[in-house]
Amino acid sequence: MSVLFILIGASLLLAIGFLIAFLQSVKSGQFDDDYTPSVRILFENDLKSSPAKTKK
Amino acid sequence: MTKAITNIQHCYHCGEDCKEEIHFNDKTFCCQGCKTVYEVLSENNLCNYYDLNNTPGTSLNREVHKTRFAYLDDELVKSKLIQFTDGKISTATFYIPQIHCSSCIYLLENLYRLKQGISRSNVNFMKREVHITFDNSILSLRQVVELLVSIGYEPNINLNDLERKEKSDHIRRYYLKIGIAFFAFGNIMLLSFPEYLGINALTESPFRRFFGYLNFVLALPVMFYCASEFFSSAYNALKQKTLNMDIPIVLGIIAMFARSTYEIFSQTGAGYFDTLGSLILLMLIGRLFQNKTYDALSFERDYKSYFPIAVTTVNNGIESSIPLTKVRVGDRLLLRNQELVPADSVLIKGKGNIDYSFVTGEATPLSKASGDVIYAGGKHIGAAIEVEVTKEVSHSYLTQLWNDAAFNKENADRQITSLATQVSKWFTPIVIGIATAAMLFWWNKDLHKALNAFTSVLIITCPCALALSSPFTLGNVLRRLSRNKVYLKNALVIEKMARINSIVFDKTGTLTNTKTASIDFHGEALTPYELQLVKSLTYHSSHPLSRKVYDLLKEVKLIDTTDFKEIEGKGIEGWVDENCVRIGSKKYLYGDNSGSSSPISDFRHASKIYIGINGNIKGFFLIKNEYRKGFGNLMTTLRNKFKLYVVSGDNDAEKNFLGQYISADNLIFHQQPADKLMFVKELVEQKHEQVMMVGDGLNDAGALKQANVGLAISDNVNNFSPACDGIIEASGFERMDQMLAYAKDGVKIIIASFGISLVYNLVGIYLAVQGTMSPIVAAIIMPLSSVTIISFTTLSSSLAAKRRGY
Repeated sequence: MSVLFILIGASLLLAIGFLIAFLQSVKSGQFDDDYTPSVRILFENDLKSSPAKTKK
Repeated sequence: MTKAITNIQHCYHCGEDCKEEIHFNDKTFCCQGCKTVYEVLSENNLCNYYDLNNTPGTSLNREVHKTRFAYLDDELVKSKLIQFTDGKISTATFYIPQIHCSSCIYLLENLYRLKQGISRSNVNFMKREVHITFDNSILSLRQVVELLVSIGYEPNINLNDLERKEKSDHIRRYYLKIGIAFFAFGNIMLLSFPEYLGINALTESPFRRFFGYLNFVLALPVMFYCASEFFSSAYNALKQKTLNMDIPIVLGIIAMFARSTYEIFSQTGAGYFDTLGSLILLMLIGRLFQNKTYDALSFERDYKSYFPIAVTTVNNGIESSIPLTKVRVGDRLLLRNQELVPADSVLIKGKGNIDYSFVTGEATPLSKASGDVIYAGGKHIGAAIEVEVTKEVSHSYLTQLWNDAAFNKENADRQITSLATQVSKWFTPIVIGIATAAMLFWWNKDLHKALNAFTSVLIITCPCALALSSPFTLGNVLRRLSRNKVYLKNALVIEKMARINSIVFDKTGTLTNTKTASIDFHGEALTPYELQLVKSLTYHSSHPLSRKVYDLLKEVKLIDTTDFKEIEGKGIEGWVDENCVRIGSKKYLYGDNSGSSSPISDFRHASKIYIGINGNIKGFFLIKNEYRKGFGNLMTTLRNKFKLYVVSGDNDAEKNFLGQYISADNLIFHQQPADKLMFVKELVEQKHEQVMMVGDGLNDAGALKQANVGLAISDNVNNFSPACDGIIEASGFERMDQMLAYAKDGVKIIIASFGISLVYNLVGIYLAVQGTMSPIVAAIIMPLSSVTIISFTTLSSSLAAKRRGY
């Protein structure tokens, strides 16, 4: 039964991993605007493929 | 001007009727501005802009003066607008109200293809904002703004922007807290399962100890991070010596945390961490639900967000741009087409044509001659004029309203207590009383049981269900209303709205619709041919009254016009098909030129347009403001339930008409903005009425602020509206009675759900005072009560919405 310690530890680690991913996504602003991205995805590809001259 | 036009083309860029057609690339444009934008876009392969939506642009039919944005070179202004800079790469965010479709997003996100130096631009559609990253060494802030202006997206830069504090993104914080609470709650629940199911193999130590310690660790961030706002809110309430709903909540969670910690470390029980986690998670969701606000709307605007940042002064013929705050009495200002009059002034040079529509709601511009006083807030239309400032910006006719006390006392005594707070005033003492009584009862018999009973009562009465009923009901009401174009500042407004017993209306622009004025002809009837003559002449004038006549005669064909002349502020004339046609004011046609001064009380005038053909005066078009759709029905319904008033800055011409609906004593005319404020103040403070003010313009701003509920009505909610508690789109006007009834429903639902949660509390207290409540009972009864409340409030408020048609 003591394998439970390891299993629970592993499951917690996994959950913490997802939590951190979620916190990161909130912090990076993914939840700020839930409309614009839905429009942006419909634009033709020239948006991305065109040379962004000044992009660092 | 002598080209025959048979059918009107629509501009390829902005979709407006073309007055002069400009052809380019087989496309038709209404003006050079629109054509230029098209040229720029087609050169840069951005014509996708036109494929995504038809005529996505906005009309550019006005010149932008070169020095207009000179103030953006000012270091102080720059430092306030630029959010981040490392000397080379800078970022700035602009509010652009014109953003309205996917084409806008497409174009604005492709700015880097238009101009070198812009590396990234990101649109937030809901906020109508564009976030631009640019290279400072290649482009200045001014050039960025000028680029935006040149493609028809003029950012709205105003004084409020400059004074803006960094907006705390509280919504983001809610997401963080909810994420952590959800994580902790889920894991605690999982680790508590053996306890629920009584699996002996797992409830024996060392597993039990291990699970307990893990739960404790998981509960720490919930207690000290996620629940922090409940603590601070309770602390603030205690500091102000009041009781709010958060105090019993905090008592409950402290009791829960302390007892659970004790049980786990003394190994006497499993604790209540699962309940703690679910409570805090649910309450956070409730708060998020209630606090979702409308990003693109602002309810705090005052004249500062309407006025420009900088104005052009003229000193010995030298033009310079100075910040508005530095304008002093005696300064000479240059006002170009479409610029605002920032302070009360006297017209020195040029013909003024001032549009006061934002101040009064009246759409017809007033003409001013040199020497006339011009009041702040008007917009000048036409060739540039020079004015001399006679009053400081903050002491002008319009802006002095904001010096009134109503704007200073920061909601302190206007803050009415919400229902939840009222309930908690007696709830908290009773809970503490019962807990203490239970403890004292057991004190001598069994000390352990006494402490158990005390904490159990605090835990079980933790009024999470009570605390959830308001957010979920009001949050739902807010969302339902917003779907019907009624945007309220916060949930408290709904509770305030439910208590209203009198309604004060502004007239012009609120009860009447300035856009669809009714227009009809008085005099000898015009023949179809004469109508053609009239339309052909008005075709060449951009005066709003000419446009109205023109729009009226939709079906009429146009004829050539020659020798067109527009006499500023008087009328127009020209030769149409060998006929001399003159259209204009009475004075203009009858040749009476005595006295053309128009004081401020005459805002609405010139509603008669006289028509003369070959020297014969045929009669006049009478333009009357039309009352909004459903006005009669609405007034008839409302007057049975509320006291109605009309406070108007206008003359009493409409007294008889309004008298049909509202008793004559409650119709007050000739009211200045400050009078309106005083009128509402008297109702609120002397007569103790709960007043809702409905207004539209800056002149109602004082009254809106003073009233218990200030509602601004607007034809387009993204346009400017004065500070208020709610913005209602004009189309929702006729359903105002339903809106008020719905607000009342909302409050009734809250009261009903208070009843339900009290029943749960009574059952809980019955178990708790015996000192034998087990954690599993708490873990069932508390989430169960919360879920009951959430489903009850959501369902019943949706049902009520259906009944009210929202």
